[in-house]
Amino acid sequence: MRPLRATRAPVVHRPKQLAGPDADFESGAHTGAEPKLRLRGMFGGKGDRLDPAPSRLSYRLQRWMLTRGVRRSLKFGLPVLAVCAAIGIYFGSQERRDAVVAYVIDIKTSIQQRPEFMVNLMAIDGAGTNLSEDIREVVPLDFPVSSWDLDVEQIRDTITGLNPVRSATVRVRPGGILQVDVVERQPVIVWRTRHGIELLDETGAHVERIASRKDHSNLPLIAGKGADGHVGEALELLTTARSLGGRVRGLVRIGERRWDLVMDRGQRIMLPTERPVRALERVLAVNEVQDLLERDVAVVDMRLGQRPTIRMTKAASEDWWNTKVTVGSEQ
Amino acid sequence: MMTDLYQSQRAMRQMRRQAMQRGVVAILDVGSSKIACLVLRFDGTGRLSEDNTIGSMAGQTGFRVIGAATTRSRGVQFGEVTAMQETERAIRTALQAAQKMADLRVDHVIASFSGANPRSYGLDAQVDLEGQVVTEAEVGRVLNACDVPDYGAGREVLHAQPVNFALDNRSGLIDPRGQMGQSLAVDMHMLTVDATAIQNIVRCIKRCDLELAGIANSAYVSGVSALVEDEQELGAACIDMGGGTTSVSIFMKKHMIYADCVRMGGDHVTSDISMGLGIPASVAERIKTFNGGVHATGADDRDLIDIGGDTGDWEHDRRTVSRAELIGIMRPRVEEILEEVRVRLDAAGFEHMPSQQIVLTGGGSQIMGLDGLATRILGQRVRLGRPLRVHGLPQSATGPGFSSAVGLSLFAAHPQDEWWDFEIPVDTYAARPFKRAVRWFRDNW
Repeated sequence: MRPLRATRAPVVHRPKQLAGPDADFESGAHTGAEPKLRLRGMFGGKGDRLDPAPSRLSYRLQRWMLTRGVRRSLKFGLPVLAVCAAIGIYFGSQERRDAVVAYVIDIKTSIQQRPEFMVNLMAIDGAGTNLSEDIREVVPLDFPVSSWDLDVEQIRDTITGLNPVRSATVRVRPGGILQVDVVERQPVIVWRTRHGIELLDETGAHVERIASRKDHSNLPLIAGKGADGHVGEALELLTTARSLGGRVRGLVRIGERRWDLVMDRGQRIMLPTERPVRALERVLAVNEVQDLLERDVAVVDMRLGQRPTIRMTKAASEDWWNTKVTVGSEQ
Repeated sequence: MMTDLYQSQRAMRQMRRQAMQRGVVAILDVGSSKIACLVLRFDGTGRLSEDNTIGSMAGQTGFRVIGAATTRSRGVQFGEVTAMQETERAIRTALQAAQKMADLRVDHVIASFSGANPRSYGLDAQVDLEGQVVTEAEVGRVLNACDVPDYGAGREVLHAQPVNFALDNRSGLIDPRGQMGQSLAVDMHMLTVDATAIQNIVRCIKRCDLELAGIANSAYVSGVSALVEDEQELGAACIDMGGGTTSVSIFMKKHMIYADCVRMGGDHVTSDISMGLGIPASVAERIKTFNGGVHATGADDRDLIDIGGDTGDWEHDRRTVSRAELIGIMRPRVEEILEEVRVRLDAAGFEHMPSQQIVLTGGGSQIMGLDGLATRILGQRVRLGRPLRVHGLPQSATGPGFSSAVGLSLFAAHPQDEWWDFEIPVDTYAARPFKRAVRWFRDNW
């Protein structure tokens, strides 16, 4: 069947190409001089177009794009928005989130478990055997452990919390060693209470409980409730009373307020609450001159500073009375 | 109607202030042959150069041209908009290109145009001062006291510039404020144009989403840029030979005292060539630009110009014309234009001026040998003027065709005081007693 419209190859009409001066004239190539005015827009690339005017829409669009806020938002806001959107879409699903978290944790552990970071043993310096064992007991670590998992601060606090430890430093030494340096408390005084006998250091802190006073006979003895809070004062008094030598038995805290210095033969020096050392020095001075404590004195009462009092033993009082009576009868 | 104009001019001043605050304003010179657009950026006040001299920029350093574009004008005849759509498109083209070059969005535009039958009026007024000192309010009062002539319906005041103040018997004061005296007199130059022309331009600019921050006559602004300072001071006439119009402005003591416009220009020369030789206007324009002149010499007879054609007829398409013939066509028209300018200058009383300097500028002034011809017709002291140099102006926009665009940018940077820059005195009764009471107090204590 023949198509309705005859299809023939279109005849392309090509005008003859211009040559020579005609072509130059046509294109305006060699007109002898260039136009003096050559500004944007006047003889621009689209000069052959009859109307170079922008459409209203493109004009508005260009003005809009030249607005400072719009440009800035396009320059910075759009990329940021795109990146945020991409991240948001990626992390929108739970399994991708989990995968990323798992991946991160995996890498983290693999780094932490490297042998360079592993701690293999704990070295304790400056502590006795008992204390070392105690420390190992309170810091239960199953080596090897990564140094990232060690909370050194917390270990140090735990060790410092032990009674016999004054201070401790804990650090991870190169070579995978957890180095613990301990300074132990030194007992300076023995405190006897109703519940037992304890060793105290110079700050009054509890060091150890002991079974017998005999084990530490070289240390001075204090007694009484609340005596551990005033160990410093007690030590000062004992230092002052050094000249009495072996006669001093110990110090007793009376009424959680003041001290009594207890000596052999049942002698007792009652010291005031305020400035007890000064009072003791007065007694010692009197003792130096008049051998007060060598006499038959039961109590030297220094509680009132203006009126020091002594109490004689019963035998001495009676003896004194007899003497008086005798003298009286002679008269 | 006067207050209406006053308000609209004040609104434009306000707009200009806003533009200065924003620092960017566009200059739009709507001419009959081209529309030029400059984008100015204001960066602070003008600084003097390091050695405190005025410098090569004549102190005009307060702004910088950051975008410049021109486009062929369409829909503008004799400096007036005749086809608004076309003009709007042309303005859009120029503005878009200038904005693109400046890489900035411009919202405020100051425009100038040349046509619309400008007519000059000289006004004067004298008032007795209320106090001893001339204050701004007194200046406003004396300006308002000028009796405005009946300039006809359908016309608008484009410029109203006080050009001279006289205090008692001292005349020639530029700024009387703060001076002591009894009576203040003012001479004012008022320029009116057809209202429709302004409205059309305003309309075109509004349709381009722009705010009009000022409007000026191009005769005035090209005088501002083409006349050097001493010419403006001593008195000179600036003749801006544009495409559709030739505008005339006379300056004296740095003020424009007269402006007029001849409705003939370079386009008429072109159309004469086109008609006389039977060639398209574009070819006529080209041979006018490249081969035109006004003085024929013997060699010009042998200088043959290809005028071509596009008919396909060999004889017709290979026509030539000698340069002498071309000059023979151009010269009468240029002479006619200059004669007409002469008439306008005579009407303005230019021969009574102390200095008879005449400056030719505008695209039409580039015709070869024009200065010689103008010397014969206008007087001995004729020179060709080019606009002042301003910062950042492209080399291609420094020709005489851009003197009104450059002058408009100078006008934008340093506008002259106009009538509407001063407050209208409040004549309402309510304001008076209070003022009188204040004055009584001031006088008695």
